[in-house]
Amino acid sequence: MSSGSIAGRTPVPLINSLTPRRALRALLPALSLALILIAIAYLNPRAISYFGFNLMLNLAIPIALATIAQMFVITGNDLDLSIGTFVGFVGCVTATWLHDAPLFGAAVLIGSIAVYAGLGALIYLRNLPSIVVTLGMSFVWQGLAILLLPKPGGKAPDWLLAVMSVKLPVVPFPIIAAIVIGAVVHVGLMRTSYGAILRGAGGNPVAIARAGWSLLKAKVILFTLAGIFGVISGMALIGITTSADANIGNGYTLLSVAGVILGGGEFVGGRVSPIGAVIGALTLALAASPLLTFMHIPPDWQVGANGAILVIVLAARALISRKDA
Amino acid sequence: MTSEASAPIVTLDGVEKHFGAVRALDGVDFVVEHGECVGLVGHNGAGKSTLMHILAGTLAPSSGGITIKGAVQQHHSVALAQKLGIRCVFQELSLCPNLTVAENARVNHASLRGFGWRRRAGDLIAAKLDEIFPGHGIGPSDVVRDLSIGKRQMVEVARAFTVTDDPLDLVILDEPTSSLDAQTAGQLLAFVRRVVSGGASCILISHLLGEVLENSDRIVVMRDGKVVAAGAAADFDRGKLVGAMGAARKPHAAVDTVAHARADTPVRVRARPERQQDGVELVAHEGEIIGLAGLSGHGQTDLLLDIYAAASRRTPRIEVTAPVALVAGDRQADGIFPLWSIAENIGIRSIARLRSGLLISPERETALAEEWQEKIAIRTPDLYNNILSLSGGNQQKALFARALGSDARIVLMDDPMRGVDLGTKLEVYELIREEAQKGRTFLWYTTETDELDNCDHVYVFRNGRIVADLGRRDLTEEKVIRSSFTEGA
Repeated sequence: MSSGSIAGRTPVPLINSLTPRRALRALLPALSLALILIAIAYLNPRAISYFGFNLMLNLAIPIALATIAQMFVITGNDLDLSIGTFVGFVGCVTATWLHDAPLFGAAVLIGSIAVYAGLGALIYLRNLPSIVVTLGMSFVWQGLAILLLPKPGGKAPDWLLAVMSVKLPVVPFPIIAAIVIGAVVHVGLMRTSYGAILRGAGGNPVAIARAGWSLLKAKVILFTLAGIFGVISGMALIGITTSADANIGNGYTLLSVAGVILGGGEFVGGRVSPIGAVIGALTLALAASPLLTFMHIPPDWQVGANGAILVIVLAARALISRKDA
Repeated sequence: MTSEASAPIVTLDGVEKHFGAVRALDGVDFVVEHGECVGLVGHNGAGKSTLMHILAGTLAPSSGGITIKGAVQQHHSVALAQKLGIRCVFQELSLCPNLTVAENARVNHASLRGFGWRRRAGDLIAAKLDEIFPGHGIGPSDVVRDLSIGKRQMVEVARAFTVTDDPLDLVILDEPTSSLDAQTAGQLLAFVRRVVSGGASCILISHLLGEVLENSDRIVVMRDGKVVAAGAAADFDRGKLVGAMGAARKPHAAVDTVAHARADTPVRVRARPERQQDGVELVAHEGEIIGLAGLSGHGQTDLLLDIYAAASRRTPRIEVTAPVALVAGDRQADGIFPLWSIAENIGIRSIARLRSGLLISPERETALAEEWQEKIAIRTPDLYNNILSLSGGNQQKALFARALGSDARIVLMDDPMRGVDLGTKLEVYELIREEAQKGRTFLWYTTETDELDNCDHVYVFRNGRIVADLGRRDLTEEKVIRSSFTEGA
């Protein structure tokens, strides 16, 4: 059948032509990070050093962890609007109970992860919009944090301070930490066989259910993972700041969402990238404060400028992705 | 042979399924033996899909018994069906678009885990694709979302035939060829015959009666939730099947278009495909039904979309002289607004006319929807029900109503009859001819050669170019197929 061979051969160039576009899409987060770094290097060459990176990226680690937490929730086509106040709550627990009564503190943190798992179950079983549930929870976490620590204070456990102030030779600790976080989550979500099911549950839940998998289990696991990474994020944050404040994590909710999207993820359809999310978080952390400081933007205007950078970066991403569709 | 092996794979005994007041299945007895291909035909809404979901374990019957390989199943489930060797290719594609082909294979095989699962899953699906569709051009690491709809269907079919731990005794194929071109469909059906001669069984559900007649050993006809006819495939012919299904007549019978002189009517569309190097153009006059034929994915849809775009923005290759409406082929993705009611879905193309002041007038919206509900027989108790409450065929009717109820003088149709039952098709054909006589122009891309009989003029596409231009008198299936496979085009 000569016609058969022709029909079979024609699609091949199509696949080849897709690859560079997909590659561009995958490289986009890295490109935006490089762009920010180049801008910083141009404005202040001395910042590109071991000490400079340590300083600039220190706060990026909790943001990256919160972004990963958000990414798990987004994988299942949900959105977590409580991750910021949750990180703040965890911070308050870390700086008080975990310091004073480690066992009780640990139990509270594990309990809070269980609450996250329960939220996943609730959202799936009652078919509730996650935005509403987590928005409600954000006030619960905030309220608990204020009850626990009405005014800034507390003290981070010594072991946590030690972990977060590790000085590694040659490569700054935050960079190593970012690589480890990205690699671990990438293997877990993108390479394992159950990771494929979790992502599939976001891509086509009906198909996953028809193949005999439990969507409830998938949703609970995704929310549990979000809870775990939220707890690590809060602890890492306190390890860096040494004391806590009930409002310390409030900005993380939107930063984490932006980080996931900037990293190549999408709100629906189970399309996420852990490595991209970490890079997205680093980009946002760098764009947030160091870049603006080097640009001599007064602190009063930094929050606004931060938002403007976010809009520009995400708009650029949307433009490039559209060609992909 | 043990008794387990000789017992039928599946026996359904008086199975009923009710959805509220609707009796989707009304006492069905159904048997599948080892090594046979059972053709299952009937209108949409006849209960075929429900029957299939019950076999696959995704729906539980309201009453009646399921016996699989001699064992009565009280609590049939998806997992159990899979364990007992029953697989399903659902009509609406059930791949995860964000996963790769290999990962999608893994979704159906719980045993593909641990170290090296990606490679094993990739090898498994690639080997099966090679076996069924030689020269398919699909890689196991391709992301499904990047594949064309035809290739997705190929992956889906191949996946159903992959075997790891669980046996493979029965594969249910629901409209497996609806998105495949003639050649890949042929490859698939030949494979089905090979599988059946190897001792496994298939249930083939298709609206293409020729496909069912040629490839089944036995045919079961359903109507209104009941089995109305069953017997060896050799005892059936097209007319008999259509008669049993309750369709009024064969599609050809009523085709009696007046052969009018083309030159007398004004030109509505003049378009040259982007990759057309010679001067060949597609020309559509007022009141004509123009067919776009050829293998699927050879540039027909692209040209329709170009024409659609040219209606609002000047394009050098394309000339359009009247308002245009498009009836989408992939109705879930491009057609319906899933959260809206039927009436809103119909009215959206005509908003300008439905306005009163700044607001949409509910009276006029209802009037438009009711007019078309009557004309096109959309079966629903209430036009303000959600569009998804309609069966697939009726959703498609609503999309036709949207286009035909608008001010568009030119209607572009992108293979709109995919997976639509014969009764609906005949009604819509009739409507299209009526509207054409009133002066509307139709550009109709179709993958079903039968539908070309409704056209005044047919252009055959190959690799993005028009390779044949057939007038109504010259039109034969053989010519269309021959042009579709033109070498070197």
